[in-house]
Amino acid sequence: MAKIVIDGKTYEVNPANNLLQECLSQGLDLPYFCWHPCMGSVGACRQCAVKQFRNAEDTKGALVMACMTPANDGAIISIEDPQAQKFRAQVIESLMISHPHDCPVCEEGGECHLQDMTQMSGHNYRRYDKKKVTHNNQYLGPFINHEMNRCITCYRCVRFYDDYAGGTDLSAQASHHHVYFGRHEEGVLESEFSGNLVEVCPTGVFTDKVFSEHYSRKWDLQTAPSVCVGCAVGCNTTPGERYGSLRRIVNRYNSEVNGYFLCDRGRFGFEFVNSDERIREAQHVVNGSSSPLTDAQVKSVFAELKSAQAIGIGSPRASNEANYALRCLVGEENFYAGMSAAEFDCVQLHIQLARDPAFHIPSVREIEQADAVLILGEDVTNVAPRIALALRQSVRNKAKELAAACKIPQWQDAAVRELAQRQNSPLCVLSPYATRLDDIASDCVIDSYAVLTNVAYAIASAIAPAAPEAKPARERAELVQRVAAQLLSARRPLIIAGSSGGAVMLRAAANIAKALQGSRHSPVDLCILAQEVNSVGLGMLAGSGQNLSAALARIARGAESRAIVLENDLFLRAEHGAVAAAIDKLEQLVVVDHIATATTQRADYLVPSTAFSEHEATYINYEGRAQLSYQVNRCHSQAQPAWRWLHTQSDMHVANLVDRCAAEAAGFAGLQAVLPDTSQFIAGMKIPRQSHRYSGRTAMKANLNVHEPKQAVDTESPMAFSMEGIPSQKNASILGAAWAPQWNSNQSISKFQAEVNGELKQGSVGALLLQKQAASGGFFSHDLLARPASNDGLQLAIAYQIFGSDELSARSPAIRERMTAPYISLSPADARSRGLAQGDEVAIADTKFTATVCIRSRMQDGTAALYCGANEIDQFSLPTQVELSKTGFNSARGMRGLIVSDLHEEGY
Amino acid sequence: MNSEVIASNAKRPRKLSTEEIAEIEHELTLYPDKRAVGLEALKIVQKHQGWVSDESLLAISKYLDISPSDLEGVATFFNLVYRQPVGRNVMLFCNSVSCWIMGCEGIKQHIKDKLEIEFGETSADGDFTLIPVPCLGDCDRAPVMMVGSDLHRNLTPEKINKIILDYRNK
Repeated sequence: MAKIVIDGKTYEVNPANNLLQECLSQGLDLPYFCWHPCMGSVGACRQCAVKQFRNAEDTKGALVMACMTPANDGAIISIEDPQAQKFRAQVIESLMISHPHDCPVCEEGGECHLQDMTQMSGHNYRRYDKKKVTHNNQYLGPFINHEMNRCITCYRCVRFYDDYAGGTDLSAQASHHHVYFGRHEEGVLESEFSGNLVEVCPTGVFTDKVFSEHYSRKWDLQTAPSVCVGCAVGCNTTPGERYGSLRRIVNRYNSEVNGYFLCDRGRFGFEFVNSDERIREAQHVVNGSSSPLTDAQVKSVFAELKSAQAIGIGSPRASNEANYALRCLVGEENFYAGMSAAEFDCVQLHIQLARDPAFHIPSVREIEQADAVLILGEDVTNVAPRIALALRQSVRNKAKELAAACKIPQWQDAAVRELAQRQNSPLCVLSPYATRLDDIASDCVIDSYAVLTNVAYAIASAIAPAAPEAKPARERAELVQRVAAQLLSARRPLIIAGSSGGAVMLRAAANIAKALQGSRHSPVDLCILAQEVNSVGLGMLAGSGQNLSAALARIARGAESRAIVLENDLFLRAEHGAVAAAIDKLEQLVVVDHIATATTQRADYLVPSTAFSEHEATYINYEGRAQLSYQVNRCHSQAQPAWRWLHTQSDMHVANLVDRCAAEAAGFAGLQAVLPDTSQFIAGMKIPRQSHRYSGRTAMKANLNVHEPKQAVDTESPMAFSMEGIPSQKNASILGAAWAPQWNSNQSISKFQAEVNGELKQGSVGALLLQKQAASGGFFSHDLLARPASNDGLQLAIAYQIFGSDELSARSPAIRERMTAPYISLSPADARSRGLAQGDEVAIADTKFTATVCIRSRMQDGTAALYCGANEIDQFSLPTQVELSKTGFNSARGMRGLIVSDLHEEGY
Repeated sequence: MNSEVIASNAKRPRKLSTEEIAEIEHELTLYPDKRAVGLEALKIVQKHQGWVSDESLLAISKYLDISPSDLEGVATFFNLVYRQPVGRNVMLFCNSVSCWIMGCEGIKQHIKDKLEIEFGETSADGDFTLIPVPCLGDCDRAPVMMVGSDLHRNLTPEKINKIILDYRNK
């Protein structure tokens, strides 16, 4: 700790930081543009100038840039010094020379950092009356609008997009007053994290195109803290609603999970909530004709099912409350996880490993600390995108190490990057196809899962001879030794695996981590990726062996004639034929869901549930971190939260249900910790979901009736559907849209943090549920995947796409624009020997399914990676080895939008 | 490594000539990092092609494994890397302070009248492109300009007439 004096007052600060960061940590207002809490300083904008004095006698002082000056012990500075103030006002005036001042028509208006900083700097009247520089804007794809005229050239966009997120198609162009931030030609922004530009840009150059389609000012949105349902990372979000439809999603800071950034699936994939495919009323379907059901009738259907024996099939995309309520209704022995057998095995193993004291499942922030990473068979960018962004930071630990050795502060971003050039910490990727992390990888092995698992076991035995031995191919022996050495010498090694490579790969990952643990005292970071938002929660609720195949088998045996399917499209989880046959056997299929799927089409009773923004719920992420997602808006239909339909007790509240689940369900002890502490609310007043500036409420429904209806009363939640109440200012326990006086943009988050980049004051990072149990002991035995019996046919692996592989986000129009048709990746040699060209349509094995050929130069001969589209191909019906036959069509158009780094160019 | 979105309307890189490749390869021997050669490669291609087309830019980007966006950033940063076709002769006309004192505005007006072009434009016959430069380092003989790689000093309207005639007949 160091002591510094700011405007005559002494503060205790961290000398490893710069003055700007420390001023903000102390809650002081100092304007800035180019500095970002996660991206450090470059001193480009000159906006954070302060006066620094040499000593107590120095009355003159000198202007310094706070972001470029270390907070050394004894520093004396002044923010309020008149000269510093004048300087800052002049800087912003010059930055704003060509700014169009189009705030009334700008979508950033009202949450604009530039507006805030202009006000704060005291530049109130513009004097410049000459011609402004204007630019052409570019089409940047379905997510982002471009309005270059508003740019103040702070360089934050390229610093995020290129330096932080590893993008290659956005750059700073031209020079002096022509500087332009864009692509080299119009086109889709390729990075999976492009949406963060909306929040990173301090003004309205990059704005949210999806939001633009149904725009509303920030202060007019009804918001609540929520959790993204796009994957198992569980990023914290703030969705905003107006006039009954969900308008947008922005990031909500959680120091342990997503920090300041989201992926584009999470940000733009919410529109299934507004979809026409939503199920809005309860129906009884008899012979194809449906009749509506009242709430009471639905309740009686479930009451009947409770007394009769019924099978309940839960869902990894449903909340804990919904799954738990279903389990209570049907009984534990009749409750099945709606996951394929293979997937369920992985989730169960995942939970077992998470409880093993030898391992630690790292949070996203902890992943950033890793200084040697091994990824086993997982396409992280497409399965858990936010973790891929964290991995991009982890490889920079090498640069940070080099900088520390040269005594360069870590926040000196340009200097640290310049010093390291392209030296990275080791990252080895084992994958069936080239992934989007290969550009930062020190080693890539691209091969079939059979070979990859063998390499993984070989790495484990190279680290610890006690681990089961495996012999890699001779040409891989050197790589195995190299990776083993890198992991062994690392300060904080990290192993990443998931269900893509199956339980075999997970066991191999556990062996490597265990081998590493042998030489250390602390647990080894083992990051296990799950597929969906609540895969882990569902895995904890369902008993051993209670997977979908077991449920289907039980139905097929005729043992049970009634089933309840909760928010789950079974056709995504098992072979279509087997699902259809089982459903045919059933006398009564009750489906509770919020959106139409192939399964809802087969329902006898269809019950509408609410989507993620319409109910309060808890989800458990890949770490076992339980997080609470609040209700944002009301659902104007018959839909209710699934648990409310399923629970027979009528006076149940979410909070009671969470308490009961924590008490009753094994492994859920501690879940109640995510509930807010209501005792801290002032005079028992609720937290408003609407801002104090919320406008037009009296007129909203004037087209129906000029009398303003009473605001809906939320009897359950500590939040109100209203602007009345006490907002949680500077208290982040229930942080919807961050706002602080003078700070209307998302940059106001520093006012809620204990210190910059620290935890939120009184905030919640969630509750880790998977408690450590007794050590499991030894290594897993070496159970290799069977090598193919013959060499004809390609060994098949499933490929994932960030836009398309997730069922719900794939219903959003903007995401749909980025989706591709099913494709199958082959090596050039395999394509040549089969007479296939880029874009040819092929039939897969002897099924009716077709895919487009995508020839990739780095595919291993004899293997293929198949992307099944939005369940257009039934992956469960395919053999592990397939042959392809040309259909005669060329459907290269279907691949438009596919981003690969190793497309084989010949003849395309 | 550059990735790309598959798009049917995208421009494709042209093939670099053997001479271009030989010169770029030579530059590569002088730097530890391939990316450092970006600017030299742009200059080499411009020397051979007269300007840097999108297809040329993509070709260099591919050859040096620099993303097209980054390379575009380099190309557009420098005024004298031409991203649009230029005339057979490029006039780099100094309009900085010394030349201004010595009456370059009148000379510029004369060029403008003769060739009917403004700064940044190419004459209709494709012979000349007129570009302003801040200083050519020859202030004691102002006003000055360069045509191609030749420096012309103490410019007068008569000298301009002769220069235009000479280069047209070259």
